[in-house]
Amino acid sequence: MRALLRSAWPPALALSVLVVAWDLAANAAHASLSLPGPWLVLKSSWHDRGDLGAAMWTTTQEALLGIALAIACAVILAIAIDWSQTARRSIYPLMILSQTVPLIALAPLVVIWFGFGEAPKVALVALFTFFAISVGMVQGLNSADLDTMNLLRTMGASRRQILWRVRLPSALPQFFTGLKIGVTFSYVAAIFAEYVGAYGGLGYYMNVASHAFNTDLVFGAMIVTAVLTLALFGIVTALERAVIRWRPREGLEGSW
Amino acid sequence: MSARAPGAELEVRALSKTYLWGGRELPTLERVELTAHAGEFIALIGPSGCGKSTLFHILAGLESPGSGEVLIDGRPLQRRLGAFAFMPQRDALLPWRRMIDNVTIGLEIAGVRRAAARAQAAPLLERFGLGGFEAAWPWQLSGGMRSRAAFLRTVLLGKPAMLLDEPFGALDGITRAELQQWLLEVWGEVGSTVALITHDVAEAVFLADRVYVMTPRPGRIATVIEIDLPRPRTLATAESPQFGAHEARVREALRAHSRTATITA
Repeated sequence: MRALLRSAWPPALALSVLVVAWDLAANAAHASLSLPGPWLVLKSSWHDRGDLGAAMWTTTQEALLGIALAIACAVILAIAIDWSQTARRSIYPLMILSQTVPLIALAPLVVIWFGFGEAPKVALVALFTFFAISVGMVQGLNSADLDTMNLLRTMGASRRQILWRVRLPSALPQFFTGLKIGVTFSYVAAIFAEYVGAYGGLGYYMNVASHAFNTDLVFGAMIVTAVLTLALFGIVTALERAVIRWRPREGLEGSW
Repeated sequence: MSARAPGAELEVRALSKTYLWGGRELPTLERVELTAHAGEFIALIGPSGCGKSTLFHILAGLESPGSGEVLIDGRPLQRRLGAFAFMPQRDALLPWRRMIDNVTIGLEIAGVRRAAARAQAAPLLERFGLGGFEAAWPWQLSGGMRSRAAFLRTVLLGKPAMLLDEPFGALDGITRAELQQWLLEVWGEVGSTVALITHDVAEAVFLADRVYVMTPRPGRIATVIEIDLPRPRTLATAESPQFGAHEARVREALRAHSRTATITA
């Protein structure tokens, strides 16, 4: 607990300074429409919590489903690439190609093809989180120790046994690194897709609020997005710690 | 000890290996001949890059021989992968497996169920100085314990011949001396045939029945030196004049065949 307090005060301080600066700037500008102060944002958003909450829920669903889809595709393709040279030569260029497609151009097309529902948002989130996860996974599989794999071969291990016992566990740390990068894009990707055309979600909410000149609500939705993204990042970090238990951790020495 | 693996006779006949390096032939091993009778302990010593590790990789099935034969009990070995219990230079413990699951991995690969594999390892843990550390992650073990765990993993494979590639290379002198003594005791109990690679003249003389001295690349067997020191060997053995005389012969052989005529071994 004490350690938590000690590690929590620098970001808390930085955040407080930012909020105070924002408050001062808003007061000085004296234009609550273009630059609403933090208290106004808080008050208005709380007042609108019903709509905002529904929007959060919609976007969270899209982000989580998109990430799940991305993880599934990334893991399967990474293992395929790792397993066969042919797969590597055919799939890897396509994976890189998928990153060269500009989201700005693709989002409206996806909406035209698939409509205003959640499916196109999920697809776009998957597309834009997939790359970091799959690259991490491919590199992780590749980082497996050659001596260890050779040792298992001398024991008569099959390729599949080596994949499960050496290559996949070796890939976990880099998989999580990729996943952490991936999840930071997830909400932004979902919101952008919603901006283009949707029935709900934070992007839709911001769009509607800004057209009605409710800048305070736009700011509120932005803050909510940041908090949700941070929370997701935190969940992935906690998951990483739970899964990768074998690494030395400060303060836990000898306490297995 | 319950892990007895009666030794087999290991013979290497005229084994040669040449690599292609940028279009040029690089002879690495040249007509290597080795014999380890059933239950014998032989050591290979030679300068860095003489192909000792390549030789072990060929024996263990990781690389193909250019020419020559490997025989077990007089019969040519058809499939080398899985035939020997190989212990690599670095201990190669899997960091994500607890100690007990590291030592039983060979059994697991052979299809033994986890519980049965653990039961097989359990009575040996004390003898290997690992009792009570079943649940430890590899990073929590000392260097000596890591080596003993890697050796237990090798013993549990239950093969009639073991290939130990500089098993104590990464250890400090004190731990190393302790482990050499201990290795001899355990080997006496297990009974399998052992071939050991080392850089350390004293280690070779202390452990082996016979020392094969190799030349620099291409690796050939320069001299075979019989070590007729009585067993069991103890610290007193290492201080006897006969031990010194054997050491001197091995050193002399290394010096005679070294490229630069100055030897660090």
